[in-house]
Amino acid sequence: MADPTTLPKKTDQQGLRAFLHGLPAVDQTGAQERAARLASRSIKTSAKAAAIDLAISMVDLTTLEGADTPGKVRAMCAKAVRPDPAVPSVPAVAAVCVYPDMVDVAVDALRGTGVGVASVATAFPSGRAPLEAKLADTRAAVAAGAAEIDMVIDRGAFLSGDYAKVSDEIAAVKRACGPAHLKVILETGELATLDNVRRASWLAMRAGADFIKTSTGKISPAATLPVTLVMLEAVRDYRAATGRQVGVKPAGGIRTTKDAIKYLVLVNETAGADWLSPDWFRLGASSVLNDLLMQRRKLSTGVYSGPDYFTLD
Amino acid sequence: MTVFEYAPAPESAAIADVRASYGLFIDGEFTDGGGEPFKTVNPATEEALAEVATADQADVDRAVAAARRAFETVWGPMPGTERAKYLFRIARLLQERSRELAVLESIDNGKPIRESRDVDLPLVAAHFFYYAGWADKLGHAGFGPDPRPLGVAGQVIPWNFPLLMLAWKIAPALACGNTVVLKPAETTPLTALLFAGICRQAGLPPGVVNIVTGAGETGRLLTGHPGIDKVAFTGSTGVGRQIARQVAGTRKRLTLELGGKAANIVFDDAPIDQAVEGIVNGIFFNQGHVCCAGSRLLVQESVAAELLERLRTRMATLRVGDPLDKNTDIGAINSAAQLARIQDLVAAGEAEGAERWAPACDLPAQGYWFPPTVFTQVAASHRIAQEEIFGPVLSVLTFRTPDEAVTKANNTPYGLSAGIWTDKGSRILWTAQRLRAGIVWANTFNKFDPASPFGGYKESGYGREGGRHGLEAYLDV
Repeated sequence: MADPTTLPKKTDQQGLRAFLHGLPAVDQTGAQERAARLASRSIKTSAKAAAIDLAISMVDLTTLEGADTPGKVRAMCAKAVRPDPAVPSVPAVAAVCVYPDMVDVAVDALRGTGVGVASVATAFPSGRAPLEAKLADTRAAVAAGAAEIDMVIDRGAFLSGDYAKVSDEIAAVKRACGPAHLKVILETGELATLDNVRRASWLAMRAGADFIKTSTGKISPAATLPVTLVMLEAVRDYRAATGRQVGVKPAGGIRTTKDAIKYLVLVNETAGADWLSPDWFRLGASSVLNDLLMQRRKLSTGVYSGPDYFTLD
Repeated sequence: MTVFEYAPAPESAAIADVRASYGLFIDGEFTDGGGEPFKTVNPATEEALAEVATADQADVDRAVAAARRAFETVWGPMPGTERAKYLFRIARLLQERSRELAVLESIDNGKPIRESRDVDLPLVAAHFFYYAGWADKLGHAGFGPDPRPLGVAGQVIPWNFPLLMLAWKIAPALACGNTVVLKPAETTPLTALLFAGICRQAGLPPGVVNIVTGAGETGRLLTGHPGIDKVAFTGSTGVGRQIARQVAGTRKRLTLELGGKAANIVFDDAPIDQAVEGIVNGIFFNQGHVCCAGSRLLVQESVAAELLERLRTRMATLRVGDPLDKNTDIGAINSAAQLARIQDLVAAGEAEGAERWAPACDLPAQGYWFPPTVFTQVAASHRIAQEEIFGPVLSVLTFRTPDEAVTKANNTPYGLSAGIWTDKGSRILWTAQRLRAGIVWANTFNKFDPASPFGGYKESGYGREGGRHGLEAYLDV
């Protein structure tokens, strides 16, 4: 692993390229096998109960639709605070995630609840806008009260090898965030290879990301276990090299309790227990929450209740 | 910080019905043995599981005679298309009863249920399916238009993969038209006896498969029996030598699959996280009771420190314990004798100056256990670098150049397997061409497929099992 203190300046295209291409290779087959192996862990009884509550507390409950309205966002916020009104012991989710123009609605609805407000920004989901527009997007979301910003990287620049541009843009958005936490979406479905995922992870962390996130949810494939495995290895290695801990957020395609628990096992046995908290690991999802609630009730009561017993927001 | 404790997730032991005593399987019937019965033990608890018959000379005579009769009257003359039907039927029954077989294998052998369920049993069924497909196509295998079977095969198998080694022996033998007398290892006879029941369930004609249980003496009676045409043995090099002497000068054909001390070579450009997984899988799979285990790690000196740090971190996550727990990575050592051998060699490693490390792990009070262990500062002259430990113990050596890696890798009397880890395709080919090993894995380890031949160079034995090559050992060519 290269010594981070001798890393090139952020605008040094050649140095950055040399660094990223000098990272250890990822063998795709091996990474897939490792992820599949971890996915076969059997999490039962008390371990399952703890995992379900942990997963609920890590959810970034998300609505990112053109048809979003204040009413829809308020309803989602109510669900975020008390996911299962019948069972007060169910924890609140970590945050809600909305478009910038819905931030004020969410902030109002969540004031004093401890549930965070995250906003996508930087011309989400494509990232195809001038830098100034992306920064304005970010500032507007922060000004409206967003505590977390989910930005997208310029995949076009990354794939064309213009790493400096991607890095500078992340750094600029990070400055625009001020005190808000920055999650950097790599959109791994468009980066295609796991070598690219590892490089993009390091690039984002070096440029100032507080979290690295797999996907927008608008591109298929979204989050996958092998991609998340490689990102967890990256944050583990980055902390070992620099002392700074960066979070990970798989997003999109996580629909069942089984899926969510597989991700927790991956965290536990790759990055380690230090990442097993909403401060360092999030699940970007919406439909998974109801399945977590349903499995939670099944564990505590011994019987399945139908989907009609959980609210659709 | 949250501690994510995995609750016990035990597979039900009740899935496998273990009887109080087992007889021999001769001519389609379970019969008593003439020798003193022995007990097979659950190595995770040291509890006796069952009493098993010992075959004496008369029993072996009966088994060989039954196999000869079946060969001459039923199985030898039967068209390949018909033999294939039986083999396909056995393969399907193995799949249908795989859960029961996996549990029994884990109870008798000590291997984790995850491995018996996800590796052993799928491969067992695959092997029968694969050779069932060859049974009516032997004329196209490259051994002449109508190759003939040898006759009666005497087969002796080890305890590390009891049912899988049975499949490797029986499936090609039967596909080629031979009948068999097989002796499973004395510490792991139960799945072979359950397999005998599956042969009955499949309607296999009596005498085609015979199972004789017992210790080494029964094996000697079988391999030395004048009524057999072929000896196939998988096990230690020491016993392999005895069998080779015993068979020398007779008409019997012989294939031997013996020990190994495989080099797992990690170059500086290796995909490092996957290489760590490959090292772990290479030496800790099946408690290291694997003849092709990657027991010598050869790592390029420029990445050795980083690789070993990652390896130690990874080893700390290995879960050692109850073989029937679905989350167990490393199960029990198969027997007290094997545990003693591992302890002896590990003590020798320490005495010779190598540095021993194992992660902190709680081992159960009962049963035979050994923690995953790695030795650094190992010199090529140390016993732990030369002798097969057959346990979860890795010896790490370093090299500076590709030439040195190949020289060190080949510097062993064995030659069963090797692994190469590099991101560079040309280096994989360059290295593989120079390694004197029967199986070379690139950027993976311990991968098996019935279509792929398996066997050794030098003192790792001769003959190949698996694939088209595996037919040759059971045909008169």
